[in-house]
Amino acid sequence: MRHFNPDRHTGADLNSTVFAPWEDPQAKPLIQFRNVTKRFGDFTAIDNLSLDIFEREFFALLGPSGCGKTTMMRMLAGFETPTEGHIMLGGQDIDPIPPNKRAVNMMFQSYALFPHLSIWENIAFGLRRDNMPKPELDARVEEMLRLTRLEQFARRKPHQISGGQRQRVALARSLAKAPKLLLLDEPLGALDKKLRQDTQFELMDIQEKTGTTFVIVTHDQEEAMTVASRVAVMDQGKLMQVATPDRIYENPASVYVADFIGDVNIIKGRASAQGDETYRIDWAEGQAPITATSLAGFENGQTCHLAIRPEKVTISAERPVDAVNAIQGKVHDIAYLGNLSTYHVQLPDGTIIKAQSANTRRISRRSFTWEDPVWLSWTATAAVLLAS
Amino acid sequence: MNRLSWFNAVSLTLGFAFLYIPMIILIIFSFNESKLVTVWAGFSTKWYGELVQNQAFLDAAWVTVRVAVFSSTLATILGTAAAYVLVRGGRFFGRTLFSGMIYAPLVMPEVITGLSLLLLFIGIGLDRGILTIVLAHTTFSMCFVSVVVSSRLVTFDRSLEEAALDLGCSPAQAFRLVTLPIIAPAVISGWLLAFTLSLDDLVIASFTSGPSSTTLPIKIFSAVRLGVSPEINALSTLMIAVVTVGVITASLVTKRAMMRQRQDELAAVRAE
Repeated sequence: MRHFNPDRHTGADLNSTVFAPWEDPQAKPLIQFRNVTKRFGDFTAIDNLSLDIFEREFFALLGPSGCGKTTMMRMLAGFETPTEGHIMLGGQDIDPIPPNKRAVNMMFQSYALFPHLSIWENIAFGLRRDNMPKPELDARVEEMLRLTRLEQFARRKPHQISGGQRQRVALARSLAKAPKLLLLDEPLGALDKKLRQDTQFELMDIQEKTGTTFVIVTHDQEEAMTVASRVAVMDQGKLMQVATPDRIYENPASVYVADFIGDVNIIKGRASAQGDETYRIDWAEGQAPITATSLAGFENGQTCHLAIRPEKVTISAERPVDAVNAIQGKVHDIAYLGNLSTYHVQLPDGTIIKAQSANTRRISRRSFTWEDPVWLSWTATAAVLLAS
Repeated sequence: MNRLSWFNAVSLTLGFAFLYIPMIILIIFSFNESKLVTVWAGFSTKWYGELVQNQAFLDAAWVTVRVAVFSSTLATILGTAAAYVLVRGGRFFGRTLFSGMIYAPLVMPEVITGLSLLLLFIGIGLDRGILTIVLAHTTFSMCFVSVVVSSRLVTFDRSLEEAALDLGCSPAQAFRLVTLPIIAPAVISGWLLAFTLSLDDLVIASFTSGPSSTTLPIKIFSAVRLGVSPEINALSTLMIAVVTVGVITASLVTKRAMMRQRQDELAAVRAE
């Protein structure tokens, strides 16, 4: 997971070295969704949604299929209009503007390359519509070909190049008109895993070079975490949380977000205050209570959910002496991932808790195996306490 | 290669014999020396020579070709437009009714189509001639074009048009620059279909033709009623030849384009 990259800053942002216009109350957003609702018949795809996206952001819309992320993108492109509310681009209401008049370009999931035109003509297509003079047009197309490393394929037709190359043509074509905003609809969905990872870094590189605002739609949480400056997690037409990747991962706002991003253990219990920002959670009969810190307040006896990531749970044969939270169980299952192993530990009441550890030793020298009794432990700050 | 079982071999022979024996007989007798159609009297090409001299046939052929070109072009424009709206127009009021109705002429008896057109032309006082045949042929062949084009449009990736709009095309430009070039093969085969339908048509043409505008099928039909002459056989053989050459060329061109595309795609996959 990529944590916040301090190299990303803009010249305009003099006050801080970190690119975070969303924390600056003076910053003017490039895109504003203002109470946008979109209905298709009886189905509400987007439900009274408000969102600001800033210039030069790489913004990811993340969610399961049918959550409304594609509808958001299609509204930005102009293929759909909001049923209620308004979308502003650079302070201007863009609802009445047709797609061909917007300074917004889109990279389609299927790439949508024109099969009857060469790669060169595909990239030049949008520029020709603006009646760009020939020398300028030639130079711009060459620049795009260079940027996407497609120079030697310029004369080929789309079916004469590989999937990865087609993806780059689609990107070059949508960037050629230097849009204010580039929309990417599942841009890497058709690529295999290795190529996808390389391309993610290439996308980030191109985004920084061109300074274009990117909005990407994806259902792949790893992809969103890797490329985005901020991630919006969506469900059923609503925003569940909008934050930087590290905040989404470390401080999820709800059980839904915690569960959607990465792997998580959820323990349900009742909270009672125990000093400053520290709570005791009673979660099962005959089990010692769990201690956890939380900035959010909980009333005594309030139902809460303790979310803890498997990599923050330590697995050991003996009870660690200074552990704040420790539970005993036995190894139910082991998922071997090569670099990591995830241990599924069953507690006496049947609950399964996942603990992850790095495989620093060869597998034949692994410390635990199936049915071994083990201790799980974590610190008071490792978990997040959530109300819902 | 697998050998055919005797059952399959017999089925194949019977089927093709059924289809082609009448035509083969016609072709053979077009080279008959004798004036009597059913009696073989040696090989000759003299009837082809006489055919070229027959001004009435040549005139009829010229009328037929003109009617076919104009009506198939008009039918292609109208049929493509109809297909585009029905496939792409989204859900508008009466869409299901319209898409059902556009195919009605496919099953309508030709006599009825012909008669109703005749009544219309008389009603509006349009003199029957080449124009009326063109209009009539356009009417009944545009639904065939529409069927061919809409089956192509159904499988057409809509995001291609959206990409064109996104890159600054007006809807009309998107159609002209992206949709039309891509569906061109279907539009061309629709045109060819309309062209052949117009060449073949006897019933509707006989309702809507005037004294100065006899098409070839009408001419052949009226000549045959006075007795089949070897000259007619020669004419029919020529028509078969034209159609055969056309069909073979069209399928060869399609096959070559498909093979080249497949080779390119394989090469692209290997290069990856």
